[in-house]
This record gives sequence, structure tokens and C-alpha cells, in this order.
Amino acid sequence: MNLTLKVWRQSGPDAEGRMETYQVKDISGDMSFLEMMDVLNAQLIEKGEEPVVFDHDCREGICGMCSMYINGRPHGPKQHTTTCQLHMRSFKDGDTIHIEPWRASAFPVIKDLMVDRSSFDRVIQAGGYISVNTSGNTLDANAIPVPKDDADAAFDAATCIGCGACVAACKNASAMLFVSAKVSQLSLLPQGKVEAAERVKNMVAQMDKEGFGNCTVTGACEAECPKGISLENIARMNREYLKAQLTPGK
Amino acid sequence: MTDMTKLDAKIPEGPIDKKWTKHKNNINLVNPANKRLIDVIVVGTGLAGSSAAASLAEMGYNVKAFCFQDSPRRAHSIAAQGGINAAKNYQNDGDSTYRLFYDTVKGGDYRSREANVHRLAEVSTNIIDQCVAQGVPFAREYGGLLDNRSFGGVQVSRTFYAKGQTGQQLLLGAYSALSRQISKGKVKLYNRHEMMDLVIVDGKARGIIARNLITGEIQRHSAHAVVLCTGGYGNVFYLSTNAMGSNVTAAWKAHRRGAFMANPCFTQIHPTCIPVSGDYQSKLTLMSESLRNDGRIWVPKKKEDAQAIRDGKLKPTQIKEEDRDYYLERRYPAFGNLVPRDVASRAAKERCDAGFGVNKTGQAVYLDFADAITRYGKTEARVQGIENPSDAKVKELGTKVVSAKYGNLFEMYEKIVDENPYETPMMIFPAVHYTMGGLWVDYNLMTTVPGCFACGEANFSDHGANRLGASALMQGLADGYFVLPYTIGGFLADDIRTGPIADDSPEFMKAESEVKERLEKLLSAKGTKPVDYFHRKLGLLMWDNCGMSRNAENLKKTIEDIRALREEFWKDVRVPGKSGETNPELEKANRVLDFLELGELMCKDALDREESCGGHFREEYQTEEGEALRDDENFKFVSAYEYTGDPGAAVLHKEELVYEAIEVKTRSYK
Repeated sequence: MNLTLKVWRQSGPDAEGRMETYQVKDISGDMSFLEMMDVLNAQLIEKGEEPVVFDHDCREGICGMCSMYINGRPHGPKQHTTTCQLHMRSFKDGDTIHIEPWRASAFPVIKDLMVDRSSFDRVIQAGGYISVNTSGNTLDANAIPVPKDDADAAFDAATCIGCGACVAACKNASAMLFVSAKVSQLSLLPQGKVEAAERVKNMVAQMDKEGFGNCTVTGACEAECPKGISLENIARMNREYLKAQLTPGK
Repeated sequence: MTDMTKLDAKIPEGPIDKKWTKHKNNINLVNPANKRLIDVIVVGTGLAGSSAAASLAEMGYNVKAFCFQDSPRRAHSIAAQGGINAAKNYQNDGDSTYRLFYDTVKGGDYRSREANVHRLAEVSTNIIDQCVAQGVPFAREYGGLLDNRSFGGVQVSRTFYAKGQTGQQLLLGAYSALSRQISKGKVKLYNRHEMMDLVIVDGKARGIIARNLITGEIQRHSAHAVVLCTGGYGNVFYLSTNAMGSNVTAAWKAHRRGAFMANPCFTQIHPTCIPVSGDYQSKLTLMSESLRNDGRIWVPKKKEDAQAIRDGKLKPTQIKEEDRDYYLERRYPAFGNLVPRDVASRAAKERCDAGFGVNKTGQAVYLDFADAITRYGKTEARVQGIENPSDAKVKELGTKVVSAKYGNLFEMYEKIVDENPYETPMMIFPAVHYTMGGLWVDYNLMTTVPGCFACGEANFSDHGANRLGASALMQGLADGYFVLPYTIGGFLADDIRTGPIADDSPEFMKAESEVKERLEKLLSAKGTKPVDYFHRKLGLLMWDNCGMSRNAENLKKTIEDIRALREEFWKDVRVPGKSGETNPELEKANRVLDFLELGELMCKDALDREESCGGHFREEYQTEEGEALRDDENFKFVSAYEYTGDPGAAVLHKEELVYEAIEVKTRSYK
């Protein structure tokens, strides 16, 4: 198929950006979206122009590095699918595709489609862990049974890949889905309960400091999340937060 | 040229099960106050790197951690699917430290270092305890205890897992430990930074040259020791299950600075990957080995059926049971579909080469879940008290069970291939997945450059000529959490009075200017072709001649072809942009240049090793039944290459492998 691409080009964080139009030809439906971008870049290099800069790594939907806003949706038209796992069979010959970076003040553009998501790392650094040293002398792994439902729910929350699609989808650029997924994972497990109150307070404080917006429960984050992280996590985090506020001395 | 004198593996004396304990008791310690005076650089933030950086920081060292990705959480360990082995024996099926040790040495076809493997088996159980304490949500049974499954090459269930995302969960655990140390200021993180060279001062590794991938700035970073946790080099084949950015550059730079490269030709070709669909393909996707717990591998028994399938005239579901060849169950009745990876890959190739392959290309076999769905469906019906369930009900119930076990893998398959694997068998084919070879390290995980350590896939030590499934995660975390943090003390104990290492010594300045020169040279090559063109060409050469099956004639020719390709690269490559900016094409060019040298060394090693073992299959050395023919008399050693200015002229050093605890036997899975 032949396609028209409208791609956001921006030479640096402070430079002004613009949409540029490109044509790509003979695209196979079995190609992934990023392989189509590879074709575009090879074409640009051969013409002596600058290739489009974008983040990508594993190309199998797990590293969370790819981050394109395709036709007005993070990761494009298919549900539960990252950009790298989106295949061109989702498009038709003659289509025009708009490709933009994530847009949020907490994710400043670095170049073209590449953004800076280190704010997510700093939120985790604020408390997204259990404070145990790697001594190897912890309890036997089976010493504390964990109900299967809790373990499964913790796992579901933990499958977040930290791509930031939730932020990009949200009209408020809120990071509540991302933050609540980590808070939920750890608060559902007995190991994480010990420092649950400090954790949620510190992570929420860091989230606010980074400039993410508030949650108005629109649900766009859940709808666009490539891993199907549930809104229930946000409700759970709100409960954890309230509980932490009411816990004396915490 | 060979030399036996330069390698000392420093294996402790004593019985195999006492060596590690004894060694730990005798290692020099650095007291807490002195640790604050010592800096350590850790390159890479996968399982080995994150766990090492976090553990070293907890102990009190000042750590600088580097990763080329935008976040440490994105290192390629994240993509590991099936599980992690540990000798917990929770299933009471006869597992033990010895059995895990034995399986791993046998699985590696008796080409790994016995003492290192035993230590790995010993610390395996600590890893599971540690991860659970960190909040890693492993799969559990209804009683609340941890669940296990089986992987290839073993007859017990010792694999812990988190659906098909075990690597993700373990890496996020290590990342959380790392994040905790970053928040305390004990680790300084350099994300989007790439190591460009290793700096050696007075014979010791004392720092690195790094490039800031956003600004392009070339930086000098000094430390008392450098730990490379930079993964494997499977991307030398261009197409592999590795992430696009996975590369050999850090390890190769260390090699060029004096670290020996061990067994570079030992590559793991994973049997169950999604087949190649076209020339534009940029990477291959693994379907976890755990699927072989329940999936049965087959091809049509009749060539005409295979042809009809390739022509699109017949569907796999239309092939009758008696017309299917479950060739692994036929050839290896004792292990069946769970033979080790090298054996399963070769068997798939054999069937496809013989004309029984499916898919349009003929380069695929089936992995079929129909029997498993029926089996689980019947059990589930019984549990739910449904008498005489209909076939449809059985299928519905069985599909649910299979989905709970492997759901995300089935989804991934459907996204890529556009077929529903619950309804029709998956098509799979072998693909490059892991490299057992890597930097030579001694028992302390130190390379031949004092002060330069290598952990995880970047070293060579534990998997011999073939790695067993679910053992890479185990080794990465063992090295990073429980081995290196102790053994590095033996080296650093001499440095408590050294003081900070200067980063403006002549050695640093020289290394920095060499890096700058190389980048300028790349940018000034005024050719016509993008870097990928050369990478693809190299990959094809390697896959065809140094992949699943190798022979002397082709290897010799390939060495010439790679040398010619290197020349063509410099004549005809085009790298756009500048060095002082975000420039992914420049990053690629720099990495591919190192792959172009490594590829030659791999072919040389494959040519030198005149035997078949594990993943290294030389056509000249096979039994009448087509099984690998090992030559213990002449090749029971580790090949460690010393760089001498040209990859083809590397000097071979041999580490003779001594097996005291295990009797060396012909490996059989029949």
C-alpha cells in the first residue's frame, strides 16, 4: 500500500516544531508500524535528509520505549497494542497517517517523536519499592502464603510497561494510572504493606511535583493503555492515600 | 597460535559444594567506612546490572550506573518470558542443588566451568526469596504458595514464573532496588548514555568514555572498577529476538583493551520463534519455551501434505492424526517436546530441509495446543461437576485454562501473524536468542583486565555450549545480587588508600580523543547506503554460515566475505547528522562496526573448534543419526581469544575444563 505520513519534526527541546508530509510506497500489511518508519528513514537518508528520531527498543511490546501518537491516539488504533506491535494491516492503501510525540509538560520533547519520561523514574524513586536489602537472607519465599487472587491482582497491576500512553491520552496529562499501578501492586502484597502509607504519600507528592495533572476519572488512560491496566487501581490508590492521611504518625 | 599459560580461573580448592562458602570466608573485605571511598561503574541495567548496582550501593560503594535506554527499566531482560530456575524442590519431585548443577552442566554439553555452575545452583534459592521479599508477583497456587513449571532439558518442575512476563517482573524488582539507591544518592544514574571505550590506567580498568546520546557530549568517567553487564551479542545476526539496541560495543571495547573473548561461536538458536515474514523484518519474536510444556511440535508426515499447506490448499487442522509427525516425541521419547533448545532447533531445521516445512516459505513447523486444550477442558469439567461435557464445552473450558497460563503469548502471536492460535496451531521456527559466549572471567567474575568485571549474559561462564531455559534470569540475578558484590571486594581491598581516580590523566585524554576521531570518521564517510544495509548483509552471512549448522569451507569463505564487507562499509556507508546531537544513526553505525569485527572472530572460533557441541554444530562432526559428535579428548576447553589488532589474528588461549564432581558423558535425551 502507499501512504501519506504527516510527521511531527522538532530539532530540539526549545526549537519550534512542525508537521512534515512524506510519502511511503509498497508497504506490506505484515510490516510493523516501526518497520514502516524504518522504510521512511532509509528513504530520507538516501535523499540526504535527516531521519525521523523516535524511541523504540524491544519491538515486542514489553520494554515500553516506543511512544507514538498515531492519528490522535497513543499507540494508534488497535486496543491493547503498543506502536511496535501495531501492524500495517490496520491501515488501507491511500491512508494519511498523523504521527506525533506524547504531549505533556512532564514529558518534554527531546527531538521529533522522542520525549523525556524520566519523571516516571523519579516517581518510582520516591517510593515505588520495598525497602529490603539484597542480603539473600530474607524469609523463605513460601513462608508467607499470598492468596492467589491478591497475587494475580498484584501481577495485573505490575504488568504496566511505563510507556506513558496513559499520560498522553489524558486531557489533564495525569499520571494516576501509572502511579496507581505500582501502588496497587505493592499494597496488595503482604511484603508491601509495611511501608504502604509512606509509599503512597511520597509517590503522589513526587507525581504532583513533576507537573502531571489531576485525575478527573474520564477513563481515557484505561481505554488507551496497551496493557489494559485497570482504573480500579486508581480507586485503590485513592483509598490507600486516604488511609495514609488518617493513619496517625504517618 | 595458542598459549596455555595466561589463564588462571582462580577456582578455590576443596569439594565442589564447599568451594563458594570457603571462598567467601577468605575473600578480602572492605570495611564500611572505606567502601565510601571507592567508586564503581556499572554499565547496563538489566537483571545483572541493576542487581549489581543496587547491591554494591547497599554495601556502601559509590556507584555510577549507565544505560543507553531512556530508563533502566527498559533493558532487554524485560522481555524474558518463561521463568527462572531455582532448586527449591517445592514440588517434592526430587530436585536439589546437585540436580540443578548437573542438569546445567549436561545441558551445556560439558563446556561450562563446573565450579561456577555449582555456585549458581547454590545461590538460586536465595534469588527466589529475595524477589518475593521485593514484591515480585510470581504465579501462585490456590493455597497461596508459589507455583512451578517445567523447562527443556530437565525432568523436574523448578521454574518460577509470572505468566509470560517473568523477565519483566524480575527486572522491575531489581529496578525498584536500584531506584531506592538512586533516591538515597548512592547510585548516580546516567540514562541515555552509551559506553564508548574502557580506560586502563597502570594496567587496571579505571573508567569509561561515555557518550550522552541526547547532547552527543563525550564524557570521561573514572572509578576504581568497571563492571560490564551489557548483555549478549545476538544482534550480530541482525535478526534475533534481542532488542534493536542490544549490542556488543562495551564488551568489544573491553576485548580490544585486553579482555579475552571466550567461546564467541557459542550461540543459542531458540526453537520456538515466530517465523520471518519478509525482507523488511527488523526483529524476531520469541514464543516462550514454557509453551512446550503443553504444545506438541509436528510437521506433516507426507511431503505432498506439506506442499499443499505451503500452497495454501490445505489447513493444518485438516491433517489427520496418523498423518502427523511429532518428530521430537519420535526421536527423543524420554524428553519429548521438552528437549533442550539446541536439539529442538536442529530437529526443526532437519525436517524443513527435508521438505516437510510449512508456512509459505517452508521454514516453519507447528506448535499445537489442541490436545492440551482438550486435556485441561476435561479436567476442568470434572472439577466443576459437569458430566459428559460436549466437545464445545470441553474446548471452552480448556481454552480458559490455556489462556490463564499463556494468554499474553497467544495475544502476541495473533497480533504478529494475524491467526488465532487457540483455533489453529502456531507456526514457529528457530531464531537467534542468546549468546553463551562472552568475556572470559575467572571465578571472581573478573576479566583478564584487572578491575574489569563481567556479569550476566556478557560473560561466558555458566552455560557452556548451550543454555537451558529459565537459566539466564537465574544467572543474571545470581551474578548481580550474590556473587559480584562479594568477589569484587577481593580486588577493591587494595584500593582503600588510592583516593579518587583522576579523569584527566593521559590515558583518559587519549581514549577520549580516539572516540571522537572514530565518530568523526564515521560521519565523514561519504557513501550512499544506510547502516542497516550493512547490518542486514552481515546478519545473513552469519545466519547462513555461522548459525544452526556450520562447516569449514563456508566458515573460511565467510571470514573473507566479512572482511570485504568491512571495507565496503567504510567506502559506502552514509551516516547523517552530527556527533554533537541526538543521532540514532550514528549510534547504530558505531555498534555495527563492532559487530563487523565480532562476526569474524565468531567464524574463526567456529572454524577452530573441530567438534560439535551444544549450539555449535559442525556438519563434519555428527553421528549417523545426525546427533552432535563431541570431541572431549581434543576440545574439552574454553577458547579465550586475545585481541592483537585484527579480529582474524586473535591469539587463542585455552582454559582446560576439569570435571571433578560430574562424570563427562555423551549427552542423550533419548
